[in-house]
Amino acid sequence: MTTMDARSMGASVRRIEGPDKVTGTATYAGDTVADGTLVLHPVQATVARGEITAIDTAVAEALPGVVAVLTHRDAPTLGDTGDPEHRVLQGTTIHHRGQFVAAVLAEHAEVAAEAAGLVVVTVDEAPSTTGFDPDGEAYAPSALANGQPADSGAGDPDAALAAAPVVVRASYATPMEHHNPMEPHTTTATWVDGRLEVFEATQGVESSRQTLATLFDVEVVVHASHVGGGFGSKGLHAGTVLAVLAARTVPGRPVRFALGRRQMFEAVGYRPATLQHLSLGASHDGRLEVVAHDVVGATARYKEFVEPAGGSTRSMYAAPHRRTSHRAVPLDLDGPTYMRGPGEAPGSFGLECAMDELAVALDLDPIELRVRNEPEVHPENGLPFSSRGLVECLRTGAERFGWSSWDRAPRRRLVDGWWHGVGVGCGTFPTLRFPGSTAEITFTGGRYVVAIGAADIGQGARTVLTQIAADALGVDVTAIAVEIGSTQVPVGSIAGGSAGTASWGSTVVEAADRFRDKYGENPDDGDHADAATPDNPWAGEYAMAAYVAQFAEVAVHADTGEIRVPRLLGMFGVGRILNPTLGRSQLQGGMVWGLSMALHEESVVDPRFGEVINHDFAGYHVASNADVRRVEAEWIDEDDPYVNPMGAKGIGEIGIVGVAAAIANAAYHATGVRVRSLPITCDDFLTSGLLSP
Amino acid sequence: MKPFTYARPAVASEAVTTLAADPDARFLAGGTNLLDHLKLGVVEPSQLVDVSRVTGTAIEELADGGLRIDAGVPNSDLAADARVRERYPAVAAAILAGASGQLRNMASTGGNLLQRTRCAYFADPTTPCTKRDLSQGCSARGGWARYHAVLGTAADGCIATHPSDLAVALVALDAQVQVLGPDGARTIPIGEFHRLPGDDPTRDTVLAHGDLVTAVDLPATTPAVRNSTYRKVRDRASYAFALVSAAVALEVADGTVVDVRIALGGVAHKPWRATTAEATLRGRPATDDEFRAAIAAELDAAAPVDSPLGGNAFKIPLVTGTVVSTLRALAGGAA
Repeated sequence: MTTMDARSMGASVRRIEGPDKVTGTATYAGDTVADGTLVLHPVQATVARGEITAIDTAVAEALPGVVAVLTHRDAPTLGDTGDPEHRVLQGTTIHHRGQFVAAVLAEHAEVAAEAAGLVVVTVDEAPSTTGFDPDGEAYAPSALANGQPADSGAGDPDAALAAAPVVVRASYATPMEHHNPMEPHTTTATWVDGRLEVFEATQGVESSRQTLATLFDVEVVVHASHVGGGFGSKGLHAGTVLAVLAARTVPGRPVRFALGRRQMFEAVGYRPATLQHLSLGASHDGRLEVVAHDVVGATARYKEFVEPAGGSTRSMYAAPHRRTSHRAVPLDLDGPTYMRGPGEAPGSFGLECAMDELAVALDLDPIELRVRNEPEVHPENGLPFSSRGLVECLRTGAERFGWSSWDRAPRRRLVDGWWHGVGVGCGTFPTLRFPGSTAEITFTGGRYVVAIGAADIGQGARTVLTQIAADALGVDVTAIAVEIGSTQVPVGSIAGGSAGTASWGSTVVEAADRFRDKYGENPDDGDHADAATPDNPWAGEYAMAAYVAQFAEVAVHADTGEIRVPRLLGMFGVGRILNPTLGRSQLQGGMVWGLSMALHEESVVDPRFGEVINHDFAGYHVASNADVRRVEAEWIDEDDPYVNPMGAKGIGEIGIVGVAAAIANAAYHATGVRVRSLPITCDDFLTSGLLSP
Repeated sequence: MKPFTYARPAVASEAVTTLAADPDARFLAGGTNLLDHLKLGVVEPSQLVDVSRVTGTAIEELADGGLRIDAGVPNSDLAADARVRERYPAVAAAILAGASGQLRNMASTGGNLLQRTRCAYFADPTTPCTKRDLSQGCSARGGWARYHAVLGTAADGCIATHPSDLAVALVALDAQVQVLGPDGARTIPIGEFHRLPGDDPTRDTVLAHGDLVTAVDLPATTPAVRNSTYRKVRDRASYAFALVSAAVALEVADGTVVDVRIALGGVAHKPWRATTAEATLRGRPATDDEFRAAIAAELDAAAPVDSPLGGNAFKIPLVTGTVVSTLRALAGGAA
């Protein structure tokens, strides 16, 4: 078994749409301006739970420039997708604040907004619970958001904890967080002659098409040439359904609905809060006897989504006794959803901080502790790893980072009024391949046109698929023209789960193999081949995942508690990097988000109003340029012939995983203050009594 | 957004007359605060009176050795002015600690002082707010109060903080605000310009409707002011409002504090001149212990709020750490 020969793969081919983006000619979903386009402004619930008893639209309808006001009274009955979020204007029940309960269509955005404010919605309010209380009413979900079982285990963890010579028990909290891609969710929809055409900010044109076709029982075409970031939030949400409901009432006229920034905090999902109870038991020489990771997380009452925060603990370290569990606390909020590193990002904060606390308890180097607990095979399912670079990432990263130059004891380095320290945190993310894509290759005009409904959400799908196709066809990248981002080319699976490139790429390689089998190296104009995504024959034989060791240097001001991160190094084991420039950018982006998660991001729900109260960029902080100093992403050489023909593991999520733990561990090393709740802010140190020298 | 009319008068007196004649009219300068509030529905003016043609953009020497800064001087230009940087370093540092380059290019000197106090509930018309409507209570109490006031508050009253960095520096430097009102021109000392909420939190300043800020005068610099700086502590390294900030000027001779000015941001409804701390320090040795004792005396009256969503008691040690480390640095030690 070998991976494909690489000529273009592995080269830093320039981003194909780069010039279009920097010159402003790349068109996003809201850029598709046509004459007569109407603007939609929603009317949203201002309570978290209740029943609508009346809606008065008369004043809004009378406002000049208003074309229509939509309510549940005149909405058609939609098909059932199984997702409660898609049941827009289907009844009178309010499930969460911000829910769309009506909409105004107008000629201009300002008029639509004013009219929306004139719609009077009368509501019989019901008691609601919107603040996450980990001790609140909780239930055992039937499955996690990734389909995995809620609980897992082996041996007798409680007895093993009672018997273990060294035990760490601690609880770690992660807050609600919102994605906020730069491009807010936007839909431009036109309903004409029984056909629906949608320009959509989506991570998957085909999944959007299927959803809309099910809801509206109509032929649907979806386009997404360029998407300004998704990060898990750009599945199909209620706003798209609302826009299409509106378009249906004005056949032939395009309807545009672009969410405002505040609506991004109530209508397109988020990462739910967790409280994670970690229990580690080890022998005196640092061998884990038991790992237990018990998670209580928030979900929405009307739409279940359970963050799989304990999921990666099932594969990270060897231990004979083990347990993961997930319990869900239902809240009257909009539904949580996938957010970069779903499960792994918050879960690695719990596990990797606990490992650091165990290393302290053992007086052992935290890197050595992890190396001693490296599993031979997957600890829960017993499969061998297709490749597992964690130990090499730790060793190589430590060398590059200068790890050994630091005294292991905390609170030893005070430089110009700042306490400095270093920390490490590890992570993993599964290597997946989604079925269901089709790639079509046509030789025309001297070029190979490669068509597949992939989504380029900024990760560079156009560019890497060009590189993969070039190598699979044995030609230069200049001989390839990739067509993606529309349901008018063959179907593509979603850009998600760190599986986009693996899924589309495997399909393109299969189609290229067929093309070469049929036509050899010198095809004629019009020669054509296609293929569906092949199954991975090794899927049940090996455990497949990406790994990372994240290193952080942290500085904490001795007088004010301000925390800064002068250095981050991520050392990745992710198979073959297809394009070092794009790959490094994606990994660094994930690491920056990890920093942001560690120090800044928190959605504060005010349960008196049922809403996120810091719902703008003044209140919800993401890392600014000044927070991001040296961020290095490097990778080990890793040849994995089992994951896919390219030998590439997904890199969309792994960048964020482990960063927050590395920073928290470094903050402890710097100051002696252990912070177990994100984000880490100056008050965590100010109130510790440990700051000043 | 409610429709409004727009006027752009050519002379200041016309701007004042136009505004004074319409109780729901607002002046528009750089718009960096007002336009946000328009879009959010926080304010719904009947008319915007654009003052960009009537406020000057010059920085001129005054006879007493000070500087007159026209109200229309963009924040960026003020921070970049060589005289300001040399003679009033805290002013330049304060401006550069605020907002972003783009906002500083738009924001005017006068408008900077007239930013509304900052509070998530004030900026969200769907929640009660006593600043928007006196008949309502304060939602920040018992809510998200991390950024809120610890000084100058009244029971159950507004606990919003004033967000201007520039104003904190100006308060430390005893600047004078030149105002043109319906009854003519007058001068208001900057320390009396902003208000505590008292029984009317809807008003952030002492200005009456129709009053237009035309200039800000800086008095002649002093040895302490030449040795001044602005220190801003916030939840990220840039582009955030202050948790706590301090404009500090210090003159030390033979280890003794000769002159000191301390103004605090992020702690009150207005920039807070720490007169108690200043009085305590004058004539005392320039040591950490003395600095700490002085700021402790200032904070004696502090009343932090507790909240399940994040209170602000941490601001007490944060003010202390911020001021002590800034004084230490100005005295010649390490920050």
